[in-house]
Amino acid sequence: MSTAAVDHRQPHADPLGARFGMWLFLFTEMLLFGGLFLLYAVYRSRFGEDFHYAASGLSLRTGAFNTLVLLTSSLTMVLAVGAAERGRERAARGLLSATIGLGLLFLLIKAGEWSAKIHHGLYPNSEELVAHAPGENIFYGLYYAMTGLHALHVVAGMIVLLAMMTVGARRRGESRGLRATRIETAGLYWHLVDVIWIFLFPLFYLIS
Amino acid sequence: MSTRPLVASRAYLLVWLSLIVLTGMTITIAGMHLGRWSALAAVLIAGTKGTLVLLYFMHLKYEARLFRIALLVALVTMTVILLLTFADTAYRG
Repeated sequence: MSTAAVDHRQPHADPLGARFGMWLFLFTEMLLFGGLFLLYAVYRSRFGEDFHYAASGLSLRTGAFNTLVLLTSSLTMVLAVGAAERGRERAARGLLSATIGLGLLFLLIKAGEWSAKIHHGLYPNSEELVAHAPGENIFYGLYYAMTGLHALHVVAGMIVLLAMMTVGARRRGESRGLRATRIETAGLYWHLVDVIWIFLFPLFYLIS
Repeated sequence: MSTRPLVASRAYLLVWLSLIVLTGMTITIAGMHLGRWSALAAVLIAGTKGTLVLLYFMHLKYEARLFRIALLVALVTMTVILLLTFADTAYRG
């Protein structure tokens, strides 16, 4: 008989495996966005001038503010992980709520930005854009596709974080480590969405 | 079970502050109209910001080496695929 006793009352836990599993998933996400970044690179190399001109239609102030919102949400996220690691459940929940709130603020600003653009006739194949140089239409096509896919990821992240406060909340008698691992893996996803925005921001808002 | 060292909240705040400063820097540099250099500067600063998030917020600095190797393999593979495809577009009709 092996001397290593296995306690079958405790659920099997493998925090390192859980984190690594999330990382493997994040690699597939990187490839997903990588394809879109490639599309952007190809068209920008062809329509550089048009891209510069079209980008002047975007509000730098809005983009910069949204960058601050998302960076701050990453801070509250990592602080939530830190609180969970120390067993401070109340603080962790508060910080998770703050992260979800900042995600919502980001989406609201994004929605306002999109509707203002659409109102000005700046959407793929609009009469306004079709009348302009071809690269401008492509720029806005990429803008909506890439920020749209990114926004969907923010929504998904918010749902995951919400789950961490409801079905994924700390269970009675559950170890601190298990709870912290759950929040940490959710946080990894949230941070990747932040990293993607870090690259989207200069590509769309800083090239005019 | 692997345990990572607990990181002080102050360290996270410092990383967040650096991210804000770098965002300000990239906006300032973009406003200086440096031509070709501004694209390079934007990518370098975004890369630095992304690295900070990966190392500190995503704890890669404190994880087992396996995590960094896996990320490197993923990034190199992706870069090769993207570069080859990018080069290929030059030869299409």
